[in-house]
Amino acid sequence: MQQEVLKAEKLNKYFYEPATTQVLYDISLSIGEGEFVSIMGKSGCGKSTLLYLLSTLDTSYEGTVDITGVRVTGLNENDLAGFRNEHIGFVFQFHYLLPEFTVLENVMLPALKLGKLNREAIEQHAMDRLRQMDMHEHAKKLSGKLSGGQQQRVAIARALINNPRIIMADEPTGNLDSANTAIVFSIFNQLVQEGNTIIAVTHDHDFARKSTRILQMADGRLTL
Amino acid sequence: MILPVNLKIMKIHLLSRKRQTIVAMLGVTFGIGMFILMMSFMKGMNDFFEDIMLSVTPDIRIYNDYKTDYSSSITKQFLGQQQNNWIVVRHPRPKQINLNLKNAPGIIEDLKKHNDVQVVSPLVSAQVLFNYGPVQLATILDGVDIREEDRLFGLSDKMASGRPEALLTANNGILLGYKLAGKLNVTTGDMVTATAPSGAQLRFRVVGMFKFGIATMDEYKAYVSITSMQQLLGKSRDYITDIRLKLKDMDEAAALAPALAKKYGYKAEDWETVNASVKAGNLIRDTFTYVLSFTLLLIAGFGIYNIMNMVIIGKMKDIAILKAEGFARKDIIQIFLSQSLVIGLIGAMAGLLLGFVLSYALSKVPWPEDEFIVIKHFPVNFDTLYYVVGMIFGLLTTGLAGLLPALKASRVDPVAILRG
Repeated sequence: MQQEVLKAEKLNKYFYEPATTQVLYDISLSIGEGEFVSIMGKSGCGKSTLLYLLSTLDTSYEGTVDITGVRVTGLNENDLAGFRNEHIGFVFQFHYLLPEFTVLENVMLPALKLGKLNREAIEQHAMDRLRQMDMHEHAKKLSGKLSGGQQQRVAIARALINNPRIIMADEPTGNLDSANTAIVFSIFNQLVQEGNTIIAVTHDHDFARKSTRILQMADGRLTL
Repeated sequence: MILPVNLKIMKIHLLSRKRQTIVAMLGVTFGIGMFILMMSFMKGMNDFFEDIMLSVTPDIRIYNDYKTDYSSSITKQFLGQQQNNWIVVRHPRPKQINLNLKNAPGIIEDLKKHNDVQVVSPLVSAQVLFNYGPVQLATILDGVDIREEDRLFGLSDKMASGRPEALLTANNGILLGYKLAGKLNVTTGDMVTATAPSGAQLRFRVVGMFKFGIATMDEYKAYVSITSMQQLLGKSRDYITDIRLKLKDMDEAAALAPALAKKYGYKAEDWETVNASVKAGNLIRDTFTYVLSFTLLLIAGFGIYNIMNMVIIGKMKDIAILKAEGFARKDIIQIFLSQSLVIGLIGAMAGLLLGFVLSYALSKVPWPEDEFIVIKHFPVNFDTLYYVVGMIFGLLTTGLAGLLPALKASRVDPVAILRG
């Protein structure tokens, strides 16, 4: 039996502005080690909302979330920040690199924050990750000078720097042209083969087809 | 290990917008610089006035203040003692008052034994007139033990010509203020005639002239020996009107004066009471300076607040991603608050330097020529206390100005930003 990495039970989520609306209904799911799960559904069905609940960034919900056996529901903000830092890697639709920092520094920051390794080891590790993304030649450039596809590859390298237990991706190819989408595809494939656990929200059927499991959502419910 | 990462981010943020950073620093620099300059100058002025004041004020002055005690009256002797009559006297006048200190030599001996007292200088003082042709110049003539007076006020340092000790050797010698001498058109070696209120006259030979740099001293004051003064007033050899004291610690004066007054039964005034107006002037200048400097720093603080707010609005996405990466609220506060503090620290240090340079320059500027005030340059006090206060002020205002935007940054909801 493969190990369970993430478990969510009876998640309910409400938006209170402008009027109280329920956006997630009794969602329960379990994700095992090494799984690549895609969450699909129409715009507004609540799939991104679900991802942010699972990722611990959003804390206002009912139900429980356990990640790597830790009950993250109810932890305070500082503990959650530390938990995300160590166990979760993020890839967003808009790559969100820090523009004043070099590519290498962007990748290194989460590891420096974690502080488990010394600076040289972290730099070495970050360079390895960049090489894996074929971005090592751009390491010393300011991240603001890169193209969108290049930035997304750096963002993936950054998500991997602390060897997270889960990678959460919100529309990772949503803002890329087809050539770059193909590159990001192959990177995700590679990550899965290396045994990473990935949860991705996507519109892209080609992308979802690569995953080991697809969760369909409609109107705040999992439809399978 | 947390601190270096946050500080590295802080440094890169500051360096990536150099112009804004420098403008913010300059605000603090000018605020602190002006604070230092104004404090140094105002304190210099205060010191200067205090020096002048102390150069002519003894720490304690004991004298016989005439008392309006009308409990006994001679009217009874004129009207006869009658049991049932009220006698009302309007506007009574004293018959005869001697303004001298009785048993002055005894008091002086006693004071000289006192532990806190450094100098005891007896004085016989009266208003006299000097005749210059038809013009009569009213002057305070002080009969003093010139050695003690020298120790009290440092008279030797203030002589324009002659020496104070000449009073001891010359027969009926007199020391004149240099302006008084000018008015009388006399110089060392000439004779002057003093007329006492009683009409008695005495001729003195000018043996020296002094220059205090204070009009009341230089124009309206002259020194003779005690015996000459007693002779002019027609009084006996133990006729002393004032005893002036210099204490080992002048701050003891206010406490000691009442005790002496009680002990000897005469009035004793300390220098602080006599010069309350100077003290009030100091207080007013200090207050004024602090209010103005505080305003300057407040403006600099608003500048920083403004800039940091703009920075944070521009960095919403960065803050969101840092939070997603695992930077906690306190890290975000640290990153942005430290930016304000670094601006404050560097700005304040530059401000201290600017303040020092400006005050040093001011201390070299010649004071405008003035007949009444003897001073060559603008008075400036380089007290390190103001530099410490300036530094604390600078860090405090920039810290407060940076705290609100930093707290705002820490409250950014990453979900709202990252979802786009």
